Amino acid sequence: MSTRLAKGGRLIDRAAPQDFTFNGKRLRGFKGDTLAAALLANDQMLVGRSFKYHRPRGIVASGAEEPNALVNMGEGGRFEPNQRTTTTELFDGLTCTSQNHFPSLEFDIGVLNNYAARFLPAGFYYKTFIHPRAAWKHVFEPIIRQSAGLGKVPKDRDADRYEQAYAFCDLLITGGGIAGLQAALTAGKAGKRVWLMEQTAHWGGRAPVDGVEIDGTPAEAWVKNAVQALEAMENVTMRLRCMAAGSYDHGYVLADEKVADHTPGDGRPRHRLWRIRAGQIIAATGAIERPLSFAGNDIPGVMLAAAMRDYLVNWAVAPGDRTVVVTNNDDAYRTAIALKEAGLEVPVILDARATVTGDLPAKARALGIRVEAGKAIAKVKGGKRVTSVAICAQAGQGAVLEEIACDAVAMSGGWSPVVHLWSHCGGKLNWDAAQAHFAPDPARPPLNHDGSALVVTAGAASGVLLAGDVLANATAAAGGDVAPVASGPVEAAMEPVWVMPQGATIDLRMKMWLDYQNDVKVSDVQLAAREGYSSVEHTKRYTTLGMATDQGKLSNINGLAVLADSLSSPIPQVGTTTFRPPYTPVTFGALAGEARGDIFQPLRQTPIHAWHEAHNAYFEPVGLWRRPYCYPRPGETHEQAVHREVVNTRTNVGLLDASTLGKIIVKGPDAGKFLDMLYTNVMSNLGIGKCRYGLMCSEQGFLSDDGVVARIDEDTWLCHTTSGGADRIHAWMEDWLQCEWWDWQVYTANVTEQFAQIAVVGPNARKVLEKLGGMDVSKEALPFMQWADGEMGGFRVRAYRISFSGELSYEIAVPASEGRAFWDALVTAGAEFGMMPYGTEGLHVLRAEKGFIMIGDETDGTVIPQDLNLGWAISKKKADYLGKRGQERPFLASPDRWKLVGLETLDGSVIPDGSIAPAPGTNANGQRNTQGRVTSTYYSPTLKRGIAMGLVKGGLSRVGETIEMTRLDGSTLQVKIVDPVFYDKEGEKQNV
Amino acid sequence: MLILECPYCGVKAEETELAPGGEAHLKRFGPGSPDEDFEAYMFARKNPKGVHFERWRHAYGCGKWFLAARCTATLEVFGTYPAQTTEPPADIVAKIMAKRPDWKGYK
Repeated sequence: MSTRLAKGGRLIDRAAPQDFTFNGKRLRGFKGDTLAAALLANDQMLVGRSFKYHRPRGIVASGAEEPNALVNMGEGGRFEPNQRTTTTELFDGLTCTSQNHFPSLEFDIGVLNNYAARFLPAGFYYKTFIHPRAAWKHVFEPIIRQSAGLGKVPKDRDADRYEQAYAFCDLLITGGGIAGLQAALTAGKAGKRVWLMEQTAHWGGRAPVDGVEIDGTPAEAWVKNAVQALEAMENVTMRLRCMAAGSYDHGYVLADEKVADHTPGDGRPRHRLWRIRAGQIIAATGAIERPLSFAGNDIPGVMLAAAMRDYLVNWAVAPGDRTVVVTNNDDAYRTAIALKEAGLEVPVILDARATVTGDLPAKARALGIRVEAGKAIAKVKGGKRVTSVAICAQAGQGAVLEEIACDAVAMSGGWSPVVHLWSHCGGKLNWDAAQAHFAPDPARPPLNHDGSALVVTAGAASGVLLAGDVLANATAAAGGDVAPVASGPVEAAMEPVWVMPQGATIDLRMKMWLDYQNDVKVSDVQLAAREGYSSVEHTKRYTTLGMATDQGKLSNINGLAVLADSLSSPIPQVGTTTFRPPYTPVTFGALAGEARGDIFQPLRQTPIHAWHEAHNAYFEPVGLWRRPYCYPRPGETHEQAVHREVVNTRTNVGLLDASTLGKIIVKGPDAGKFLDMLYTNVMSNLGIGKCRYGLMCSEQGFLSDDGVVARIDEDTWLCHTTSGGADRIHAWMEDWLQCEWWDWQVYTANVTEQFAQIAVVGPNARKVLEKLGGMDVSKEALPFMQWADGEMGGFRVRAYRISFSGELSYEIAVPASEGRAFWDALVTAGAEFGMMPYGTEGLHVLRAEKGFIMIGDETDGTVIPQDLNLGWAISKKKADYLGKRGQERPFLASPDRWKLVGLETLDGSVIPDGSIAPAPGTNANGQRNTQGRVTSTYYSPTLKRGIAMGLVKGGLSRVGETIEMTRLDGSTLQVKIVDPVFYDKEGEKQNV
Repeated sequence: MLILECPYCGVKAEETELAPGGEAHLKRFGPGSPDEDFEAYMFARKNPKGVHFERWRHAYGCGKWFLAARCTATLEVFGTYPAQTTEPPADIVAKIMAKRPDWKGYK
């Protein structure tokens, strides 16, 4: 059984017990424990079930590479699935539950998959769920969805807050082991601005656990001194619990600092996401131990040798009483020695190497531990816990020589450098055959903006594994030349072992796990190779090797070695899969930061917004603006409110907040010439004081924006754009002025927010303005499509006689700061004339009744003005305008193009949005042909029936025809093609 | 997340401050131009792996368009320069030639 030892534990505080629960069971650990250490201290070796076969899973590792020990953490607003117990710090009151089982961890029905494993090989989904076709939707998919996913989805809103911060430094060092500390000391003394971060809660990494001595003192003391020295340097910033998730272009690094994971609810942000710009990055990210592939290597109790040493030294936890150590290198002997020295049994060390020499094996032998050279594990026995191992010769096929009872197995297959930050932004790797791992090639680093090396590795991340080499390498990485001296035993070379025993039969290979979480075995990768998967990237996706939440930190090298062997290719030729950020998962909350709730995105409000809110406006988003959709009165639906607003505007007078309308001033000696290029019609000859409707197209000729242009003076024009288009059109103007016609003397200014603009619309509009008093607003003084500056009710105004409703209409602009006061004055003046505000939906209905197009409804980026019967607004005389060449393309002149028409049902009902008009026959993809679609459809309260506009093949030449349309639900209706102007065809009402 | 120096205001701008504008040094073809020229102007893009010239706008800064010469494979930046030119400046061409001897030129 696994248990807490009476003495030791360099990271725990035995005076501070911490209570927690696992699956409802009350357990106790100590301050300084990880959750994994505390679970092991309570003999909780079984912590979860695997993804596919639901096999019992125990803790394998002691750090970020852990594939098995994932739990649902917390409750309610602090619930989070798939949390690695090995990196979760224990706190008092922690609650967690195990994942991926039903009904319970101990008894799981899903384990039936395990007994059917022979029938669930790699690529099972692709091979099985093909026929019959209908079964996918009704049988396979529901079952797969039910069994897919690890953990549960949080249901409540996240109770915590998260923040983001920026940082800049000359040098970012990731990893706070002796390599990172030494690099930071070197660079810090040289005066560089240094950031040093460590993903765990402790500085020093493995060295103190491994008993390294540096400059004659134990590593623990050296680390303490180094940290103190660094803390005294003003130019060095140090962060614990801070994981560098990814490195990107030009020294951009994203790092996730777990500020309050271990102190939930203390008021601090839970995580802080650092967005760092570093001049250079030193990856001192260490190395990860690899498992060995022997049968039963996934049974709870089988752990990485170094992880077992961590539990023993850091947390005084012994995962087993009798531990068999199996290895291909000297490092695992440290675990055997540590176990023995702690008074625990190590019945045997199985070393796959034929000859075993070196200091560490000698020490183990001296302690009385039996060392078996050239031996291997044939099979681990046990169900939810290891009970024994069967021993065989590594060179053979697995014939059992002896069986040894034990309750834990410590394995070591060698070490792989953590090269993620090196590889994220393009660093290349070399295969190191002696140590059987991929290591960074210093000659091919990722590059910075100036062509220099952006990332340098230090220590074990470079592929040097002995403490002395680590310190020398780290010193050099930081530009120093004097490294501390570390002493340690001489280690003999390791020998690669990819399958144990090397000639293992298929029965054994089917029980050798590569990827513990996704249940990928040696036999699966070999099957994929036989089926023709020669690319490592394809094999990964076919077998799901390395696709679990641990992203193959333990499994990738072993998996591709097995693949290379199956393909009879050298390992470097097979290569690695792509390393992609993040290094370990980053919670969505940290990525979102403060951008949630009310400050999810910036909102734009007009100067009159508060009045709308006070008058029960129902808002709709228009770009980042919030505009009133309608102003429902008590008891009214939105639809009823819209109808009332429309009828009142047509019969009395309506008031619209049009402040969001884009307003761009174009000024200069060449402004007229410029606008003639920008708009399809001529703007240079517009008289001062006059207004003209204009269209803007992309270079392809497609309609992009529209609006009324006013000529202010000899060299000044004011261009109105759509509400959503102001910024885009302003940028479009600047692009042409700066990049194409840079010698033209034109200036632009986007003054959208400088003015409030209010539309007074309806038969009584003039009466309201006359009541306010001031400038002459008569037909004679201010005719339709003209503007005038003046004074109105004491306000300085600019009044435009323009209409988007077909009614007598004034749009009046005042400085934004006076917008609200002017609105209030209008409301007061209009009371006796039955004035009511109307919203954007009323505006839409009013314009649709008049057949006016709306950018985004009638246009979608594939529509030219000619499609919308707007040929009258296109100059035939101009030699050039943006889009003219595009419109010359023959297919845009085709009589088959869909063109704007009015549509109405035979019974006056409203055509549903999204209705399309099918046509006989099918297209090349076997889909039904279509001949048109609805673009705008409303109930017209003025006409008391449904009206619609649409694009239909042949356009107005088909007026009078009745065609069939299909609603979204597939049902059909008969629709008549009519003129798109439904109301006041002659345009008399706006010109009074 | 590139860093490009705006040649107008001198700010070393991060990509979040910039708006991309596609390939630089395109020649506009207007009304009456042959189909092949218009097609090339509208749609044909080099998309090289290696030296490339791009349009960028310092959108959340001074608002100016500028051009950048960089390597799309290594992200090395050879220089930025104002947009009011029809071809890359000689000093930038010389710098690229020095660093990429086998570069064939911007056309």
